[in-house]
Amino acid sequence: MTKDDIKQVVLDIIADIAPDEDLTTVKPEVRLRDQLSLDSMDFLDIVMELRKKHGIEVPEADYVQLASLDSCANYLLPKFEAKGK
Amino acid sequence: MSSKPRIVITGLGLTAPNGNSLSEFRANLLAGKARIAVIDVRHMGKHPAGVCDFDTTKWQKRKELRIGTRVGSISIFCSREALGDSGLDWDKVDKSRVGVYLGITEHGNVETENEIHNISQFGNDTKYWTHHHNPRTVANNPAGEVTMNMGITGPHYTIGAACAAGNAGLIQAAQMLQLGEVDVAFAGGVSESIHTFGIFAGFKNQGALGAHEDPTKASRPFDKNRNGIVISEGGAIYVLERLDDALARGARIIAEIAGWCINSDATDAVLPNPERQTECVHMALKRAGMKPQDIHIVSTHATATALGDIQECTALRNVFTDCPDTKINNTKSFIGHCMGAAGALELAGNLPSFEDNWVHPTINIDELDPECALPGLVINHPIKVARVDTILNNSFGMLGINSALIVKKYGVA
Repeated sequence: MTKDDIKQVVLDIIADIAPDEDLTTVKPEVRLRDQLSLDSMDFLDIVMELRKKHGIEVPEADYVQLASLDSCANYLLPKFEAKGK
Repeated sequence: MSSKPRIVITGLGLTAPNGNSLSEFRANLLAGKARIAVIDVRHMGKHPAGVCDFDTTKWQKRKELRIGTRVGSISIFCSREALGDSGLDWDKVDKSRVGVYLGITEHGNVETENEIHNISQFGNDTKYWTHHHNPRTVANNPAGEVTMNMGITGPHYTIGAACAAGNAGLIQAAQMLQLGEVDVAFAGGVSESIHTFGIFAGFKNQGALGAHEDPTKASRPFDKNRNGIVISEGGAIYVLERLDDALARGARIIAEIAGWCINSDATDAVLPNPERQTECVHMALKRAGMKPQDIHIVSTHATATALGDIQECTALRNVFTDCPDTKINNTKSFIGHCMGAAGALELAGNLPSFEDNWVHPTINIDELDPECALPGLVINHPIKVARVDTILNNSFGMLGINSALIVKKYGVA
């Protein structure tokens, strides 16, 4: 699992929870909330889908780490590696 | 009610198992076309059910659909269609003076069942329980989704009234308009019941779930071989206004609310009480300033249960003796029992009679139950009558809630 793979994992989740959004132009370094119509409930959906689909737990104190695709990749990479992925 | 403002219907939107507009619905009622599907019910296998096929993305984004509920989507579709039908200039309407009053039989069972199933896939660990569960299951959900979709900032809530809910929503709206609480009301009834296995299981174990090898014949009120309810989803939402406001904007007036009554049996949770039903209809007539002979169509509640149909027929016999011009029909024979939407949909399908003087029938009667042989019953084929000026819409529900709503053609005395 590379950081790019993880970004795609997150984008796939967002595609499900925000199906009206155009994800082709998402900038990885920019906060997701600044470029997509996502609210706090949507971020809880991202956390839930990481838990359901990948067995990844994101504690509430770490939600800020999901701000952008880049920060997601940096934060989630060791968690995916710990899962042997 | 002459001292209070007169209330009129100026718009209507609906989705029924056999139609997504009043014109389509009405055409199928006159043509005798039932539409009942067979669906796979969780834990229970295949059962007949009335399924709506309206375009869910006509008025909602896909994200709204994902976050919201099925009944919220039904409510939004019907409200938006009603708005279009009303001719209201929505940009100029003061949204703080608009109310949403939707009747529901029950709400939340679908989402709760779904989440129980969901966490069962994860060892019943509640950390997999969705955070959307509460906003989806609060009792005001369907009406609240309408306000968010349409930018309505006036009051919204649902009226829980079992299967009398469709009438109850309309009555609530009429009362709020008369009180001056709002200037425009979106009101009626909605249901997503087919998506919960619990209602199927409950009726089946009560011996009241309809079945037939041909699903379109499964709902057969008044037939001697009826065997229970066909569960359906649907919605019918009306735009209601005070008559003076409707006239001032040159609105097309579909009908006038003439009178109503809601009362309670206070006897049994499931067995209807014809004495109280009789009183309910009599009170609605009194408030409308009418006699039984003044009613041209009685839209019955009958659900095709063995006892319930007989109880209602007993009540109707008590009221409509010597009423040769009163015709009696039933809509559930076409679309099943749309629960919270039933009363509102059943009224809607009869409203065009004010213009075309046709009375749609009750269908699927192969052998009329003698105990249901009411003189004015319109059986299997529509009939043309000299005039239709008035409709009595009956809707009754569990815990002994009875509702009778009388509407009349605008302009008749």
